[in-house]
Amino acid sequence: MALTNEIIRKKLEEKFGDAVYAFEEPWGMLTFEVKRDKLLEVMRWLRDDEEMGFTFLTDLCGVHYPDNEKERQFATVYHMHNWIENVRIRLKVFLNGDNPEVDSVTPLFNSANWQERETYDFFGIIFKGHPDLRRILNMDEMVSFPMRKEYPLEDAGRTDKDDRYFGREPQLIDSI
Amino acid sequence: MSNVVLPPVINGQGYQLTIFDKVIGLARSKSLWPLPFATSCCGIEFMATMASTYDLARFGSERPSFSPRQADMLMVMGTIAKKMAPVVRQVYEQMAEPRWVIAVGACASSGGVFDTYSVLQGIDKVIPVDVYVPGCPPRPEQILDGVMKLQELVKNEPMRRRNSPEYKALLASYGITVN
Repeated sequence: MALTNEIIRKKLEEKFGDAVYAFEEPWGMLTFEVKRDKLLEVMRWLRDDEEMGFTFLTDLCGVHYPDNEKERQFATVYHMHNWIENVRIRLKVFLNGDNPEVDSVTPLFNSANWQERETYDFFGIIFKGHPDLRRILNMDEMVSFPMRKEYPLEDAGRTDKDDRYFGREPQLIDSI
Repeated sequence: MSNVVLPPVINGQGYQLTIFDKVIGLARSKSLWPLPFATSCCGIEFMATMASTYDLARFGSERPSFSPRQADMLMVMGTIAKKMAPVVRQVYEQMAEPRWVIAVGACASSGGVFDTYSVLQGIDKVIPVDVYVPGCPPRPEQILDGVMKLQELVKNEPMRRRNSPEYKALLASYGITVN
């Protein structure tokens, strides 16, 4: 019997109750939220359960929602893949805006190591239990987490750009 | 090499007088060994510049030197990420004097379209640049034009320039120590 979204959802709700919620299926891909302290447990079960068989962590990334309430200002998103049934699911964990911390999933998937470093590098999300959490893509001296929306995308050192040609008031750039 | 303009000479019985600066400048300008530092599409254009059709070797750059120790002309071609900036700088520091730098393309010259937190906004933020070649990417003809512009600079550079207080001040402004 094929593994359908309905089966996955039913099993998850049976096993974890309130810890998994906000199910939706954008473009047919089962997506749900997991309570922060239950993440490792849910992922371990999804990986090890024979019927589920999500043995592959496709990707892991961060999101910044500065306009949300404090407890939901950051999110980490995990994509998992069942190779045998060719089914994909997406898990989200929402984190506190002042103190974004979540358990590292490196104990479950070694591939998460660099992906978590990247997410830390760009969003400053702390992955508890990560063996070597330091910047991976940006230069080590960088002090900001550039994908957070409070940091300007443009480099302040740029000198040859005339704002008038970019449809901006010249004084705008001075404030950046 | 019929286009080579020789420096003025005075011929006498068994001797010839000329200007040392000019002779050495001429010699240097016709044997600039390039060090290609190619990080993106401008590097592809440089490959065409080096190859048979455009033939950079015609201008005395016969031997692309992939070691900075033996190179005269550093050609930085492509986007330099901030993480890469110390590498460019180290390569520059490893070159022996006299050394010249060409920034090829918009990215190396000013950051180009990459006005963003991770990209160095022009290599002149970390090393002094002699010639800027605009374009995104520049055609091989433009790169050759840049090389010829540099040749003019090299030809007319006085021998004492590298010891001058101005030059030392320039390097000091980049925090590069003269050895």
